[in-house]
Amino acid sequence: MSVDRKTVAKIASLARIEMDGDALDRMVPEFNNILAWVEQLGEVDTSGVEPMTAVIPQALRLRDDVVDADPLTGGGIRDKVLANAPAPEHGFFGVPKVIE
Amino acid sequence: MSTYRIHGATGEWEVVIGLEVHAQVTSKAKLFSGASTEFGAEPNAQVSLVDAAMPGMLPVPNRECIRQAVRTGLAIEAQINKWSRFDRKNYFYADLPQGYQISQLYHPLVGEGALTIEADEKAGIPEDKTIGIERIHVEQDAGKLMHDQHPTMSYVDLNRSGVALMEIVSRPDMRSPAEAGAYVRKLRSILRYVGSCDGNMEEGSMRADVNVSVRKPGDEFGTRTETKNVNSVRFVMATIEHEARRQVEVLEDGGTIVQETRLFDPGTGTTRSMRSKEDAHDYRYFPDPDLLPLELDDAFVAECRASLPELPDAKRRRYIEALGLSDYNAAVLTAEVETARWFEALLSETAAAQGKSEAEVAKQAANWLISEFFGALNKGGHSLADSPVSHEQAAELLALIGKGTISGSIAKQVLERMLETGDSAGAIVEREGLKQESDSGAIEAAIDKVLADNADKVADYKAGKEALFGFFVGQTMKAMQGKANPQVVNELLKQKLG
Amino acid sequence: MTQLTDLGVKAIRDGVAAGEFSAREVAEAFNANVAAAKDLNAFIVATPEKALEAAAKVDADRAAGEPLASMAGVPIGMKDLFATKGVQTTAASHILDHFIPEYESAVSQKLWDAGAGMLGKLNMDQFAMGSSNETSFYGNVISPWRRKDGGNAPLAPGGSSGGSSTAVSARLCPAATGTDTGGSIRQPAAFTGICGIKPTYGRCSRWGIVAFASSLDQAGPMARSVEDCAIMLGAMAGFDPKDSTSLDMPVPDWAGALNADLRGKRVGIPREYRMDGMDAEIAASWDQGVAWLKDAGAEVVDISLPHTKYALPAYYIVAPAEASSNLARYDGVRYGLREMPERANLQEMYAATRAAGFGDEVKRRILIGTYVLSAGFYDAYYTQAMKVRTLIQRDFAAAFERCDVILAPTAPSAAFALGEKSDDPIAMYLNDVFAVPASLAGLPAMSVPAGLNSEGLPLGLQIIGKTFDEQGVLDAGLAIEQRAGFAARPERWW
Ligand SMILES: [Mg+2]
Ligand SMILES: [Zn+2]
Repeated sequence: MSVDRKTVAKIASLARIEMDGDALDRMVPEFNNILAWVEQLGEVDTSGVEPMTAVIPQALRLRDDVVDADPLTGGGIRDKVLANAPAPEHGFFGVPKVIE
Repeated sequence: MSTYRIHGATGEWEVVIGLEVHAQVTSKAKLFSGASTEFGAEPNAQVSLVDAAMPGMLPVPNRECIRQAVRTGLAIEAQINKWSRFDRKNYFYADLPQGYQISQLYHPLVGEGALTIEADEKAGIPEDKTIGIERIHVEQDAGKLMHDQHPTMSYVDLNRSGVALMEIVSRPDMRSPAEAGAYVRKLRSILRYVGSCDGNMEEGSMRADVNVSVRKPGDEFGTRTETKNVNSVRFVMATIEHEARRQVEVLEDGGTIVQETRLFDPGTGTTRSMRSKEDAHDYRYFPDPDLLPLELDDAFVAECRASLPELPDAKRRRYIEALGLSDYNAAVLTAEVETARWFEALLSETAAAQGKSEAEVAKQAANWLISEFFGALNKGGHSLADSPVSHEQAAELLALIGKGTISGSIAKQVLERMLETGDSAGAIVEREGLKQESDSGAIEAAIDKVLADNADKVADYKAGKEALFGFFVGQTMKAMQGKANPQVVNELLKQKLG
Repeated sequence: MTQLTDLGVKAIRDGVAAGEFSAREVAEAFNANVAAAKDLNAFIVATPEKALEAAAKVDADRAAGEPLASMAGVPIGMKDLFATKGVQTTAASHILDHFIPEYESAVSQKLWDAGAGMLGKLNMDQFAMGSSNETSFYGNVISPWRRKDGGNAPLAPGGSSGGSSTAVSARLCPAATGTDTGGSIRQPAAFTGICGIKPTYGRCSRWGIVAFASSLDQAGPMARSVEDCAIMLGAMAGFDPKDSTSLDMPVPDWAGALNADLRGKRVGIPREYRMDGMDAEIAASWDQGVAWLKDAGAEVVDISLPHTKYALPAYYIVAPAEASSNLARYDGVRYGLREMPERANLQEMYAATRAAGFGDEVKRRILIGTYVLSAGFYDAYYTQAMKVRTLIQRDFAAAFERCDVILAPTAPSAAFALGEKSDDPIAMYLNDVFAVPASLAGLPAMSVPAGLNSEGLPLGLQIIGKTFDEQGVLDAGLAIEQRAGFAARPERWW
C-alpha cells in the first residue's frame, strides 16, 4: 500500500513531529519504500498462528505492595525528579498553558 | 422498565446510558512503582523515576492491585481471566509522562459480570434491575494539571501518575439518571465492602465517564458522547439530564450528534466539548513490550475468593430472612459497609447484654438504630464513623429499654445526654433518676388522682367514648414524669375503669 | 614493560591482582589513548576522573588485602545508552541534551560493583537506530580500520554500538558495553575484528538503559577475546527485580567453564542463510568456520530456518512500533531539549521539540512505527509481524532439536565506507539480515573474528545458541577463536 503526503503528515502529527513541506517531500518516498518492503510479510501464511507474547517462556512477576521498598523505584525524591526539568516551577513541571 | 423520557417537540425520547467508572485501587504503593499513593502530598513528592518516565525506567506490577481487582471481579460474579495482558494506550498529554497509559484493552483481567440495583418507586425504578458489567481492567492513573497558578503556564504534578485504577465498564443498560445514580451508589457500596476502593469521590478515588445517547423508543442506539471524570453521583445524574436534553435538541433541530469527549461543569450543570482532546483519537494500542502476560493460578483466585466478606445483597437477604427485618430496614442497614458493621456489632452486644439470641433483638436494634440513633447523630452533626456513642454504649441503652428499666421516651432523653456527655446510659439514668416506675402503688395513686380530677371524662368514657383511654394514659404518664412503666399503667387503668 | 593498552580484561585483572602493575597505571594508559583518539569520535564524553577513581579504590582494596572482584582494575567504555549517575547520558540524541541522570543503570552498576571503572560514554547510533554509526547527533564514529588498497575512505565501525567497537578495536579500552536490538553488538564487532555477545533476552537487566525496542533490547559485552566477553558478561548479567522481563536464574560461571572441545556437539548450518548473491568472501569465511568447528570435534548438520527471509521485515515493523511508543516520553517536559516557539501551545511544543531533537533515522522509525500501530493497520502489520515472530521462534526450536549451536556469518559484508549506504535505508537495514533472527527469538548469539578479507578488513562469524545457553555459544566461539588465530589490528592513523 502506498501512502500519500497527507497521510504521512497525519502520521507525523500523531507522532508529534513537526514536519515542513520539504521534510514531508523527502519522507514520503522513503516511507513508501520501507512500507513496500515490509509488506512482503503478507506472503506468510499465519492462519492458526498466535502472535508472540513473550520472547522467552516466562510469566509476569509481581511485586509486594510496599512503599519505597527500593529507593530506585520509590518516591520522595522530588529534587531528583525535577533535576533535569527544562522549566521547573515551585515543585511542578511547567508547560505551556493548557486549555481543557 | 424505566419510564423516564425526554419530551421533545417530535415526541418522546429514551436515554441510553453506559458508565465507565474509574476506581482507585486501595494499595499502599503505585501500580508499577514503589511510590506512595497517599492523598494530599506536596506536588511531585510521591513520584518515582518510573512514574516520571525517566529514560530506561521499567514497570513492575504490584500484586495487591491485581488481587484487589480480582476480588472486585469476584464480588460482581464476573469471569476472572487467568491470562490477561497490559497494553499501551498512546497519546500525548502533559499529565501522561510516558506518552502512553499502561492499560488493558485486548485481554482485560476481569470479564463479564453484573450488579443489581434495587427497586425505588419514588425514583422511578419500579423493580430490581440487573446492570451488566462488560469488564474490569487495571490501568495507571495520570498526573494532574494546574491551570490557575501562572498566567502563561500550566503546572504538572505527577503524584497521581501511576496510581492503580480499576476501570469498571458497564453495559449500556441504564435508562434514566436515577438508574445511573443507583448503579454508581451500588457499585461504590460493593467496592467498599470488598475494600478494593475507598469510594471517596471528593478525593477523586472514584469518577465516572458518562456515555449518553438518545433514541426514539424501539430504535437502534444513537451516537453517544462521553463526558469525562464526573466526580459525584449528583453530577452523574445532572450530566445525563443535561446531555440527553441537549442531544434531543440537536437532533430535533435536524443536527447530528458527534461522537466526542465532553466535560461537565458543576457550576452551570451543563456539558461542553473538550477542545484539548478533540484531535485524532488514534490510541495505537499494542501489548506493552516491557511486561509479560499476567498469568494467575487457581490458588491466587481461590485466596481472593476466600478473602471476600459477605456482600450487600447477601447480607440484605440474611437480614430479612434470618433476622426478620423489614425490607426497608435491611436495605438501609446494608447500603454501606460501615452501617452494616456498626449494626452487627450492636446486635451481638445487645444480644449478649440481654441474654437473648440476635434474631430476638434484631428488630429492636434495627428500629432503634434507624429511627432513633441516626436522627440523633445527624442533629449533632455526626455520622457513624465519628459517633461519640460506641456500639457497646448503645447496647447498654437498648438493654435498659429491653429490661423495662427505662421507657422508650426516656431512652430518647438518655441518648441525647449520652451524645452530649459521652457518659454511659446506666450512669445517666442513675444520676438523673430516670428509672422507670413499675411499682403499682405509686402508679395507682397517680391514676386515682387523674381519674378524680377528670370525673366528667370518666363518665364520658363509661358512656362509650373509649377513645378517651389514651387521654388517661397520657395524663398518668405526665403525672409520673414519663417514668411509669406503660404496660403497668395500661393494666391498672383498665382495671380501674372497669 | 608491557603495553598496558594491549591487554584485555583478564590480563589486566590478573595483572592488577598479581601486582604486576597498578589499576591506576592501567587507567592512566587508557585515559591517554582515549584523549589521543579524538579523530575516531568514539566517545561522546570522556570521564578520566571516573576511571582513576575506580582504579584508586581497587588499588586501595588490594593494598588492604581485600578480595578483588571479577573486573577489578579494568577500565571500560560505556555505551551512551546506559544511564550513568551524574554523567551526561544522551543516547547520542540532541533530544537528551544535558540530561544528567540521577540514577545508574542496573548493568553499569553491576560493572562498577565488579571493580570496573568508566573511561567515558561511547558514541553510538542515535537511540541505537542504525548499523553504521552515522545517525549520532555527535557525528559519525570512524572505524580505526582502513582498506589496504590505501584509499583511506573512512569506514563504518558498524552500529549501533559503533563507538564501542571502535574503542575496543583501537585499544582505547579493553572492553565496552554494547546493546543489541537487531545486531547492534554483533555487526559492529564483526566490522572491527572484535568479539561481542548478546545474551539470552532477559539475562541483563534493561533497567536504566534508554529503551529502543523493549522486546528486543539486550545489553552485552564487547571485547577482544571470547574469554574477556565471558568474564564481562558474568559481571553484567543477573536477576533484577526492577525489570519484569529479567531472568530469575543464577548466572553460571561462563568464564570458568569455557571449553573449546566440541566433541559430541552438533553445529547447525542454516541453508536459508546462504542467500543469492552472497559475498564470496563471506561464504568462504563461513565454510572456513564450519571446518574449524569440525576440527574442534563438532558434528555439522544441515538445518532449515524457513522464515529467515521474513525476519528483517518483521523486525522493521516490531522495532519501530515499540520505539514509536518508547520514544514518546521525549517531549520536553521533564528532561532534555525543549523547543518552545513563540506562543506555542503544549502540543505545538511537543511537535517542535521532537522535530528539533530527533535525527532523521529516528523520525523515520517513529513514523513507521506510528503508522503500523494506527487504526486499521495494526492487524495487518503489527499482529502479522508478531505471528511471523512466533514462526521464527518455532523455526529455531525445531532446528535446535537437531543441533546445539548454529553457525552463520555475522554480517553480509565487511565494513563499508561511511556514506556508502546512508541514503538508502533498506540497503542499510539489510546489514542485519543474519543478526536479526536471533534477536526476534531472544536467543544468545555472538560474533567472533574469523579473519580478514582481501581488502584487509575483518570478517566475523556468528554463533547462535539455545535459550539460556550462553555457554554453548561461548564454547563454540572459543573454538573458532583458537583456530582463527586472529591477531590483526588496525594500524594507527589517528
Ligand atoms: Mg473512558
Ligand atoms: Zn480508563
